[in-house]
Amino acid sequence: MSNVLELVRTSQLKTGLPEINPGDTVRVHVRIVEGSKERVQVFEGTVIRTRKSGVDQSVTVRRLSGQIGVERTFLVNSPRIDKFDVVRRGDVRRAALYYLRKRTGKSARIKEKRTPQLASKA
Amino acid sequence: MDHILGRKIGMTQVFLENGSVVPVTVIQAGPCFVTAVRTPAKDGYEAVQVAFEQTNKRITKPKAGYLKKRNLSNLRFLREFRSSAEGAEVGQAITVEIFAKGDFVDVCGTTKGKGFQGGVKRHGFAGGPKTHGQSDRLRAPGSIGSGTTPGRVFKGTRMAGHMGHVRHTTLNLQVVGVDTENNVLLVKGAVPGADQGLVTVRKAIKKRLAK
Repeated sequence: MSNVLELVRTSQLKTGLPEINPGDTVRVHVRIVEGSKERVQVFEGTVIRTRKSGVDQSVTVRRLSGQIGVERTFLVNSPRIDKFDVVRRGDVRRAALYYLRKRTGKSARIKEKRTPQLASKA
Repeated sequence: MDHILGRKIGMTQVFLENGSVVPVTVIQAGPCFVTAVRTPAKDGYEAVQVAFEQTNKRITKPKAGYLKKRNLSNLRFLREFRSSAEGAEVGQAITVEIFAKGDFVDVCGTTKGKGFQGGVKRHGFAGGPKTHGQSDRLRAPGSIGSGTTPGRVFKGTRMAGHMGHVRHTTLNLQVVGVDTENNVLLVKGAVPGADQGLVTVRKAIKKRLAK
């Protein structure tokens, strides 16, 4: 009977999502409704955490806006999210990069992951 | 015919068109079949009796005969609901189509049994102080009455005891989705009882339409 539950869950999943891992730099295209108008805003930053899989999958993206760190958590399957672009793959050893919160500048850099596939792309 | 029987399947979350996330309980409801119609003229009250859920298990002979007489297969549950019997016919199926997205419903079920519980959990007592030289008073019920007068503890005084496993109705839950193909109802919020438990969904009696 629980396949009914799965049906409800899977019916909401998006397809064709890129693989997103902590350390990656992503551009999140967010649909924003202002009155009757709708526009797409891009939020670019480093993925510091990914959570769960399935309907409630989320990613937390951190960026520096001027001197101020801004973190936004996006529900991956939300209809408000237009798409994700992975700009850069990061090579990190942790699942959650909270240490970045205390760092700025040079110490907050993340190594780029070198894979043959991506190298050809870039 | 404002009632339908179903089973609580479990909880998950869904996205609405505007992107907000809503916690929902998935209920597999119906189809229920009308087995009897009570009318004021004949029975002195108005009600609809329905049967629910196909079963492969053996059911009692009287029940099997009762259902057979109405050309119905073996159904597990028989329930009678006091509601408008207008247009109800014996053998007629009641499906989730009686509800629409946005409607408000009440859901009745049997709550999860909690066993023997103390006053703090069962009645929301505050318990005693943690500090200032207290011992053994942390989750104590406090005073349970006066002294020599009346010289007894009143009946019904709230104390520790069995909690849960009682019929409970959650009022005014909004229907978030109706899947007529799979006989599934999505209801916003929690519903009494464990997963796979039998629940009754009825049109909200205190609130009629969604705005």
